[in-house]
Amino acid sequence: MTDHATMAEPVLDAAVAEPPAPARRRGGRPPATGFLRVREEIPDGLRRVLVVASVATPLVLWALLSATHAVKPLFLPSPAAVFRAGWHLAESGQLWTDASATLQRVAIGFALVVVVSVPLGLAMGTFPSVRAVFEPMIGFVRYMPAPAFIPLLIVWLGFGEPAKITLLFIGTVFFNTVMTADVACQVPKELIHASYTLGAGRWTVVRKVVIPHSVPGIIDAMRVNVAATWNLVVVAELIAAQEGLGYRITRAQRFLQTDQIFAVLLVIGVIGVSFDLGFRLLRNTVARWAKP
Amino acid sequence: MKLRTVALTKDFPTKAGPLRVLDEIEIGVHAREFVCLLGSSGCGKSTLLAIAAGLEQPTSGAVLLDGEPVVGPGAHCGLVFQSFSLYPWRTVAQNVAFGLEVAGLGREAKRRRVADYLEVMGLTEFANALPRQLSGGMKQRTAIARALATEPEVLLLDEPFGSLDAQTRASMQELILDVWRRLGTTILMVTHDVEEAALLSNRVYVLSPRPGRVAAEVPMNLPAVRDRSLRREPSFQSLCHDLDDLLAATMKPETAPVL
Repeated sequence: MTDHATMAEPVLDAAVAEPPAPARRRGGRPPATGFLRVREEIPDGLRRVLVVASVATPLVLWALLSATHAVKPLFLPSPAAVFRAGWHLAESGQLWTDASATLQRVAIGFALVVVVSVPLGLAMGTFPSVRAVFEPMIGFVRYMPAPAFIPLLIVWLGFGEPAKITLLFIGTVFFNTVMTADVACQVPKELIHASYTLGAGRWTVVRKVVIPHSVPGIIDAMRVNVAATWNLVVVAELIAAQEGLGYRITRAQRFLQTDQIFAVLLVIGVIGVSFDLGFRLLRNTVARWAKP
Repeated sequence: MKLRTVALTKDFPTKAGPLRVLDEIEIGVHAREFVCLLGSSGCGKSTLLAIAAGLEQPTSGAVLLDGEPVVGPGAHCGLVFQSFSLYPWRTVAQNVAFGLEVAGLGREAKRRRVADYLEVMGLTEFANALPRQLSGGMKQRTAIARALATEPEVLLLDEPFGSLDAQTRASMQELILDVWRRLGTTILMVTHDVEEAALLSNRVYVLSPRPGRVAAEVPMNLPAVRDRSLRREPSFQSLCHDLDDLLAATMKPETAPVL
């Protein structure tokens, strides 16, 4: 016991004693460890919590707002009502008819966009002469909002499918061309020069260097711009259509079926997100080397 | 002379009129010789190499390969950059195969040639790695293997070890010496590193900046066997001091850039 008591006595050895508190500290604050770290990875657990919260919060708010009748159901239908409306649309087959009509328009419109903009963008990014020919006009027309062409398109092409597809085309093709051109511009000049000294000619350089180097960037540009096409198709269908997700929204509005509008909006969002995921997947499969 | 420049002059257009970068450059490399161009920044040494490769046209003068004028780039002249410049989507072996694909080599011949040069550069076990998985030294080995695989008549190296750390640089210098001795390649290399020039080359051209001119031509009379032990030899060190003095004498006070 006595031994312990002596052990417990404060030791006044200089080497062990607490150093005196420093008068001031050097350096700024230590880097934050949790929430707001500039470009540093956050813990996986925190990421999961944040992702779940970002999806759950608006849903919970929505449920609360409608459950407490804070907002009229006509303005904000309850989640259950929206789900019922969506279920009803799906069961009747209407949802599939609409979604497939809309998807078909986007598929045709965006395929045309890719067929034109990818070769043109590659040519513009590769050859400054081609860029000089096309860039001024494209830069100019690109800033004209596509929906403003609707009256003209109706005059030129009528109310049918060609007018809708053309709207999607002119609304997206210029952006995708410019973005593809910028991607092709990113090929390092030294890589091209090295290729020449390995015996490659100009066309071989385009085929074996510029194009493969641009593939991930081209897919990224497509991922960004298919979203614009997807937005525009709904606009196109608001004008005149017999089927399609945009048409369904206009129709639902006529009968004040806001629950149906919400259901269709959610479907539009889900399809859009799957486009995004699809293009990401494509990029990471086709261009594994550029995986971030 | 394998490769020779004749009164090579290069002007770059600027707002204030043409700016002379290279002024009447006369250099030459004998077959199987290792020559260094030593100069500080701004002496136009990279431009000179690009012209020698046929990637840029001189304002006047000419580049002669075996007495014939070089009019454009091609597989006759391999070029390796400081920045490696590999095809990031191709594996090491596929990078090395690029020039052979372009030349239309048969499948089997190509495979054998790639294997040979991977072996020469000590890359065999990295054959299937992508460039982004490699260290700087391994990337530069790949770039050199790629340039050698087409068996160019002259190998041009543009500060190839400039971005490597000191240890890697030393082992790369030994590797390139070894390759040069085994394959008998004709090499013209640009560097700003005095020791590197002294260690590697048979002859050094010291270039002076603004405009680039040949200030001195120095033969390196060093033993045939050159490795890192040579660096401690007094004869090597005095050679380096001489080169250093020559290089320092070319330096002019920096003038403010003309905007």
